[in-house]
Amino acid sequence: MRVQLTIALSGLLAMPAYSADFEVNIEIPPLKVAEYHRPYVAVWVEGADQKAAANLAVWYSNKDNKEGHGTKWLPDLRQWWRKSGRTLKVPVDGITGPTRPAGKQVLRLDTHTGQLAKLAPGRYTLVIEAVREVGGRELLKIPFNWPANAPHTGKVEGSSELGTVSLSINP
Amino acid sequence: MKRSIILAMAIVASLPLVASAHKAWLLPSQTVIAGETPWITVDAAVSNDLFYFNHVPLQIDTLAIIAPDGSRMAAQNGSTGKYRNVFDVELTQQGTYRIGTFNNSVTATWEVNGERKRWRGDASKLASALPTGAQKLEVGQNISRVETFVTNGTPNETALKPSGLGLEMIPVTHPNDLFAGEESTMRFQIDGKPAAGLKVEIVSGGTRYRNAQDEIAVTTDANGEIKVTWPNAGMYWLDATTEDSQVSIPQASKRRLGYVATLEVLPQ
Repeated sequence: MRVQLTIALSGLLAMPAYSADFEVNIEIPPLKVAEYHRPYVAVWVEGADQKAAANLAVWYSNKDNKEGHGTKWLPDLRQWWRKSGRTLKVPVDGITGPTRPAGKQVLRLDTHTGQLAKLAPGRYTLVIEAVREVGGRELLKIPFNWPANAPHTGKVEGSSELGTVSLSINP
Repeated sequence: MKRSIILAMAIVASLPLVASAHKAWLLPSQTVIAGETPWITVDAAVSNDLFYFNHVPLQIDTLAIIAPDGSRMAAQNGSTGKYRNVFDVELTQQGTYRIGTFNNSVTATWEVNGERKRWRGDASKLASALPTGAQKLEVGQNISRVETFVTNGTPNETALKPSGLGLEMIPVTHPNDLFAGEESTMRFQIDGKPAAGLKVEIVSGGTRYRNAQDEIAVTTDANGEIKVTWPNAGMYWLDATTEDSQVSIPQASKRRLGYVATLEVLPQ
C-alpha cells in the first residue's frame, strides 16, 4: 500500500509532468492535547443526490497495534463510511494512504486519469471528513461544478479537527 | 458457553420476561463496525430507565443470533448478573446480524377448590401442568420479540427476513443506516400481514438525565408503516404491543403480541 506519488508531492516540490488542475489543500491544525493521534481523513466527491461519486483520498492507519487493526476505526469517519467506506475494500491504490501529521497537506489530482476522469458533468460537492482518536470529528463541504470552464476556487474554515480547507480547479 | 447461558437463565426463569411497565432491551456495544472478525458485547436487561441496569436481567434462553448469511450463531462468554445478562458475539461474517429473543408462551390462570393459580410456560407443557378439576381456566398466548441489529462492513438484508409469526418489524430503511435529522421508514406486520393502526412508541436512551420520557408516539398507516425523523443521535428503544384473537393454542382466547428493538442513530 503506497501513497500515490502525486498525493505525496507537496507544493514545495517540483511540479509533476501533467498539469495539476484539481488541488485540495487541507490544513490539519496542531492541537495541544495530552494524547494526540493523527486524524483519519477522508476526501470524496458527492453528486447532487448526496451519494459518493468519487473517492479522492483516505488517510488511515493500515497496520496492527495492541488495540487491533487500524481499519477498526474507519467507521468513525461516519459519513464516508456510510457513503463509500463500508462497500470499499481497503487499501485502494492511489486513494488510501497513511495518516498525515499536523500542517498543510496538499492533494493534487490529475483530472485526466483516476477518479475525477469518471465524473459526469454536473454539480458536485467536495467533502472532507476528519476524525481523531480520543478527539473530535469534523466534516466540511465545498461545492463545485464539473467540468469547470473557468478557474474555480472554494474555501471553508474548519473549527476543530480541520483548519482551512480549499479547493482550486484550473481547467 | 451456550450451556452456561441456559443454566444461568434457569436462575432467573422465575422472573417475568417483561414485567409490566418495565422495558426489555438488548444493548449492543456497537452497531456499525469494521474488521475481519470483530467482537461486540451485548447487555440484556429489563428496567424502567433506558438504558440502565437496575431491575432484572432479560431472559435470553430463546436468544437467536442470525448471521448475515441467514445461519444461526451461538452467543459466547455468557454471564448473568444481578441486573443484566451479558454475552459476546464474534462477527465472523461481513454484513448485518439480527440479535433477538423470541418468546412464544402461554399464561394460564385457574381455580382449584376456590384457590387461584397462575402458570406461565411453553404451550406444550400446559396440559401436564393443569390439575384435574381445574375451574375457571383462562389461557392467553404471548408472542414477543426483543431485538437489535449490528453490521460488520457492508450492510445486507438476509438476517432481516421476517418469519411470518406474530408481530415483526421489517426495516425499510436499513436499521444500521439511521442518522439524526433523517427520516426512516419501518414496516410492521402480524403473521406476515401489514399491521395497520399499530401504536409504536420510541424513547431515546439517557432518560436518567432528563425530566421527561420525550417519547415519539406514532401509529402505523394502512401498509403497517411508520416514518420517524430522528431528533438526535443516540440509542433508541422502540416498542409496540397489541392484542388479537389469532391464537394457535386451543384453550387460549387472546393473543398478546409484543415487539421491541434497540436502534442506534448516528450523528450527521
